[in-house]
Amino acid sequence: MLLIEILPNKCDFCGTCVGVCPEDAIELTDSTINIVEEVCTNCSKCVWVCPIDVLVFNKEKMKDNKNEDK
Amino acid sequence: MKINNYYDVVVVGAGPAGSTAARYAADKGVSVLVLEKDREIGVPVRCGEAVSFEGISEFIEPDAEFISAHINKFLLVAPNETEVTIDFEQKFYVLNRVLFDKAVAEKAMKAGASFITNAYVHGLIFDDDKVSGVKFSYYGEEFSVKCKVVIAADGVESRVGRWAGLTTHIDIREMEGAYQIFAGNITVPDDTLIFYFGEKVAPEGYLWVFPKGNDKANIGLGVSGEIGKTKSAYKFLNEFIERKYPKASIFSAVSGGVPCSPSLKKIFAPGIILVGDAARQVNPLSGGGIAGGMMGGCIGGEVVGEAVLEGHPENLREYQLRWDNRLGKKHIIFNKVKNGIYDFSDEQFNKLAKSFSSVPYEKRTLGKLIKRALMNQPSLLIEAAKIFMMD
Repeated sequence: MLLIEILPNKCDFCGTCVGVCPEDAIELTDSTINIVEEVCTNCSKCVWVCPIDVLVFNKEKMKDNKNEDK
Repeated sequence: MKINNYYDVVVVGAGPAGSTAARYAADKGVSVLVLEKDREIGVPVRCGEAVSFEGISEFIEPDAEFISAHINKFLLVAPNETEVTIDFEQKFYVLNRVLFDKAVAEKAMKAGASFITNAYVHGLIFDDDKVSGVKFSYYGEEFSVKCKVVIAADGVESRVGRWAGLTTHIDIREMEGAYQIFAGNITVPDDTLIFYFGEKVAPEGYLWVFPKGNDKANIGLGVSGEIGKTKSAYKFLNEFIERKYPKASIFSAVSGGVPCSPSLKKIFAPGIILVGDAARQVNPLSGGGIAGGMMGGCIGGEVVGEAVLEGHPENLREYQLRWDNRLGKKHIIFNKVKNGIYDFSDEQFNKLAKSFSSVPYEKRTLGKLIKRALMNQPSLLIEAAKIFMMD
């Protein structure tokens, strides 16, 4: 389950996140960004390097996910 | 423009590294296609734009057309606002990258390389294990172009190399997430690069104010992913601007990644090489990527051109050897010095600034400052000395 969220209308498409993604899970053009859910491991490195806080780790979603597992 | 289904060499990315690689390959007499994903070469400018005369003059004659400011001084500002000015013995420039990148591309065009923009490369073609072409979209159409060698100059993202099986992603501690504004109403001298240091302003790095002429400047900073866990470059910069330049007005704002690491361990594979930011050829101490990228592009273009002519596009090891000897080994040492300096506390920076202020103005050099900074770290001092001996 993808827990990294891309905040809308904020990305500058600079590619910093792509350069640290160990899985090559981020697809970026000059005007679109997409995280491939099947490839992403939610490691959050992209969240930490983003210079303008476009990417966020959704804690609520993680909790919901754990509750569902129980 | 007609796109052929074969070129000897395809370059992905038309920044200074890609265009320089294209030029030196084309100079050897091979056919070259350069694919740029953005709609205009040189735009957006994700760069502080400062470069030394030495860094570019080997590749392009410095021209007023693409120079925004001529620099002869550095001003270093310690956390307690102690200022140290250093007259610089060599010339520096603040470029206009919108025009500079086009001038570098023009050199390659004149050498015979073809360029198109709006071309988004999304995959590689292989013959067995050797890279033998690229797949890209261009105005809604899909293209496959075969080639002998791909030169990946796709910048900080460096995806093309990954598709060829190389490890290109770097640690978050070595990736600086940067944010910069190009602003007006900034009253600064036109001949001085200003650097701010300290925990509050730019932990483990520096904040730059680089003049663009007539009260305009690039103001930016980068923070590593480790720092970014708690606070982003955007937030650091806005606090600084509010405090120091409340009258600033913004012409443009960009984010960008600066890979401040030694270059990748392996920058070639059968049928492909990596140049510029994609190969992590940035000077890890300064964060400057133009000079290293152009050097990587020059060496890479030459080696690739020769390999195509000599009929061994699968064997490009020569590029790695030449890069490592020219700048790669130096960058390893720069990286160690960076790690030594960036661990400095505010108190250490303040002390250093105070002690260096007592050095007579005409005797101050950046080399001396670095030596003084590393005085208490003898092992690093030896490393730093190696840099100067290598020159």
